Amino acid sequence: MTLLALDWFLLIEKLILIAIVITASLVIAMYATYAERKVAAVMQDRIGPNRAGPFGLLQPLADGLKLFFKEEIIPDSSNRFLFILGPCLAMLTAMMTCAVVPWGSSVEIAGRTIQLQIADINIGILYVFGVVSLGVYGIMIGGWASNNKFSLMAALRGASQVISYELAMGISLIALLMLTGSLSIKTIVEQQVGHVWNIVYQPVGFLIFFVCAMAECNRAPFDLPEAESELNMGYHQEYSSMKLGFYLFSEYINMFISSAIMASLYFGGYDVPFLGHAHLAPNLLAIIGVVAFLVKIFIFIFVFMWIRWTLPRFRYDQLMNLGWKALIPLALANMLVTAVVILLRG
Amino acid sequence: MQNLTHRSKDVDRRPLSLWEKMYIPSVAKGMSITFGHMFKKVPTIRYPEETRPFSPVFRGLHVLNRDEEGRERCTACGLCAVACPAEAITMEAAERKAGEENLYREEKYAARYEINMLRCIFCGLCEEACPKDAIYLSETFAPSNYARKGFIYGKEDLLIPDPKTQASDLAAAKGQE
Repeated sequence: MTLLALDWFLLIEKLILIAIVITASLVIAMYATYAERKVAAVMQDRIGPNRAGPFGLLQPLADGLKLFFKEEIIPDSSNRFLFILGPCLAMLTAMMTCAVVPWGSSVEIAGRTIQLQIADINIGILYVFGVVSLGVYGIMIGGWASNNKFSLMAALRGASQVISYELAMGISLIALLMLTGSLSIKTIVEQQVGHVWNIVYQPVGFLIFFVCAMAECNRAPFDLPEAESELNMGYHQEYSSMKLGFYLFSEYINMFISSAIMASLYFGGYDVPFLGHAHLAPNLLAIIGVVAFLVKIFIFIFVFMWIRWTLPRFRYDQLMNLGWKALIPLALANMLVTAVVILLRG
Repeated sequence: MQNLTHRSKDVDRRPLSLWEKMYIPSVAKGMSITFGHMFKKVPTIRYPEETRPFSPVFRGLHVLNRDEEGRERCTACGLCAVACPAEAITMEAAERKAGEENLYREEKYAARYEINMLRCIFCGLCEEACPKDAIYLSETFAPSNYARKGFIYGKEDLLIPDPKTQASDLAAAKGQE
């Protein structure tokens, strides 16, 4: 009987949290498409979408509706099962990562302490890495199943890009893990609350992580898998309707999640500087923390977009050179220096 | 190899220096430029709501004029059609009957008057040719339609509102409201 004695409140609490997090990331990703167009517009001295609703705020809805109403085409020569699996995987892996992100400290409702995190697993970062590297399967399967030369090329590019940059990303993280001594994202954030953020100790590590995150999200200047000029549309060339929408959408969710990870690992997560001394109700503090975390994420998303609308795409050999010959040695050096400093300081 | 033209430029193909290979300085420079553009004034004119000011001699779609008593000025003399280099104007003349003096200014009038706006080149020669001040080019432009037929403007499209019976329409058409 003890096995069946579930904590039903915990179950309900987690389900509600999951629903909120999933909805929030979908809505944020939706409005990230709008923000992207607006950012692109202001950086190019344009106005951007302004027709649908006030300031064009209904534009993402209109885009989504449009995609839903488009004809759904599955090419005859494609592998039907894999063709459908591709976008599902891309979307699934994009959403899975948000399970381990600590969105805030904890709130107390009716005597229960509710952690604002879906799962605080002690290998949180490993989980993120595992899921993120699964993400490339969406691109690979989609590109392969399309039975199209361009899509296949894009899939190959995507795969090799993710493999190359994951290495540097992992090594840059090892340096951070040596500092924190924990793989749980919650613990890493808690260590930064009220103290200096990890970015102070690991500026080089953060830079490498940031560049690699951009490459993993297939964002410009690393958007070779969907390079319009050379691969038409890349891996989603044969896709139409909402399957295409899923691919485009998963990119924005990925961007949101990787911003969240970077904010938690290097920028203190839900920590608000100098707020530790203020005597506020714990619930209020937690809410302020969540807002601060979202603000940090939005700044990161803005930087992602800012870079996209500034830099041209890398050539393929440049991409590989940067990954293998620059970032990996740099990450290794960073790891060694961190190790030596930790050793010397005891 | 000999150059085919004198316009070719030598491209600097020296390998990147260490400073350039670091990418970061150039990236920062580029990003500062794009950031600066966020605060620049947008030159966009939101077209249907905003329009650009026209020059006083702008030549848009035609109107057929009436006199101050609301009578059509056109006498179907055909000078505009003759002057038209694009042959866009067609008309049929008719004789004014007794009792129609309040409709037509002179004893001959245009029973049918058509301008094909797809042929028209908006040169304004019809306006210059007209001895009766009957045809003018207005400031309206960019007509749109689903069919070619819709671009052939008849009298009902061209005639201005009657200043006596439809004074408010006329004021609206002139943009005086």
